[in-house]
Amino acid sequence: MAPLEAAEKSARTKLSVEHIHMVFSHDGKTTPVLNDVNLEVSEGEFLCIVGPSGCGKSTLLSMIAGFLSPTSGAVRIDGNVVARPDPRRIFVFQERGVFPWLTVEGNIEFGLFNVSKAERARRVAHYIQMVGLKGFERAYPAELSGGMKQRLEVARALAVNPDMLLLDEPFGALDSITRLVMRGELLRIWREERNTVIFVTHDIDEAVQLADRVAVMSDRPSRIQQVMNIDIPHPRDISASRYLELRNAILEQLGLAHQI
Amino acid sequence: MSDRVRLWLRPILFLGLLLVLWQVAVSRSSTKLLPGPWETVGGVADLVRHGLLLKYVAASLFRVTWGFVLAAILAIPMGLMIGWHHRAEMAFNPLIQFFRPISPLAWIPIAILWFGVGDLSAVFLIFLSCFFPLLLTAINAVQTIPSVYVNAGRNFGLSSTGLVYRVLYPAVLPQLITGLRITLGIAWLVVVAAEMIAVNSGLGFLIVDARNAGNRYDLVVAGMVIIGIIGLLLDQGMRSLERTRSLR
Repeated sequence: MAPLEAAEKSARTKLSVEHIHMVFSHDGKTTPVLNDVNLEVSEGEFLCIVGPSGCGKSTLLSMIAGFLSPTSGAVRIDGNVVARPDPRRIFVFQERGVFPWLTVEGNIEFGLFNVSKAERARRVAHYIQMVGLKGFERAYPAELSGGMKQRLEVARALAVNPDMLLLDEPFGALDSITRLVMRGELLRIWREERNTVIFVTHDIDEAVQLADRVAVMSDRPSRIQQVMNIDIPHPRDISASRYLELRNAILEQLGLAHQI
Repeated sequence: MSDRVRLWLRPILFLGLLLVLWQVAVSRSSTKLLPGPWETVGGVADLVRHGLLLKYVAASLFRVTWGFVLAAILAIPMGLMIGWHHRAEMAFNPLIQFFRPISPLAWIPIAILWFGVGDLSAVFLIFLSCFFPLLLTAINAVQTIPSVYVNAGRNFGLSSTGLVYRVLYPAVLPQLITGLRITLGIAWLVVVAAEMIAVNSGLGFLIVDARNAGNRYDLVVAGMVIIGIIGLLLDQGMRSLERTRSLR
């Protein structure tokens, strides 16, 4: 059943990362960060990237977003080389990304400047409802909790109807209960919207709970060490043996022991 | 007693106590080193009677407003530009750091030479005292914008003008307002010195004139008190602007 599901999804390649190298130079010192990274992601797929901290996961995601250019190699989306940021692929930062000078409404309609007034109002209302911020339309981010700010940022991203969502450890700053709730919310939204999602995290459990596939990155200068299929249907039972098996396999890939 | 009343009552009672102590100290002393609070009130009343109070306050506020506003109009866009372009900052920084520590009062002879004895000199001195603090505030404000805001703005497809108006400007506004408040305080500080040399009206002039013409120390202290009160009011006004919710 799992291979069948995978076959259905691999219909069309959305993103391909081709032989990416990245070298940062600072004060005359050069640090190679990414070393021949290759990756393909299909349309509508949910891919998690995990790896040790400082391995260049966020750098890779910034390149996919078009904020950074690789030293060599290319990122292609729908076959075109990515050269600059584009509203069709929205980067979601940790909760810090919402604009503190705008209300919840103002944040959500931030990217809707090319849209008619009626349509703007419709989308704002729709996404406020979707992320559960009804009643907070006029609130400023400073008045919201961390989880609410994060949902607001996701809503702001979804409102422009992107084909891709790029999430950089979006739940990293949240407490563990809120984090669990947010994962469920994200999956629910993803099933509704069917965007392609690239989700960077250092949390292995998070990756196995969310992703169709998990790309494991090595230490710096990083490569993609392995891409694992998470062949468990949603909703996932996090005490099932297959779940633990996959989780342990990723831990092993990262060279981590199963015991503390 | 409500908390609000208590909040006001305490400083007022303390102020009253200090005034009483001041009065007692002055009346018990045989020297004339300082006029007492009662004499000072008399001085203020004298000013009102001669129609000078409003005239002097208006004159000082006029100079401060012009110097301050001109400095803001010039320094803020310039600072934002310098802060945004790293190369501009490298070019301008030594120059700014060179001029900054020179007290605006050092410019007095040059101000008189350029603008003569009059309003223009005083405005120029206030302008100078405001310009560098505001320039530095603006540079710093741009440089400390979190890159996530700029990246998010670019991500949603803003043009560069859009980026300036919808991200840059609102992001620096809180810091700018704080900078403006502090700078307005400096301007008010400098107005006294500027008026001591360059003009024949205003609160600074009042102080120097009262001493020169007949040792009216009650008027000197009255001038100081009025300066203090107006400074306090200006600061309160700017603070309420800082607290505006949508500007934070």
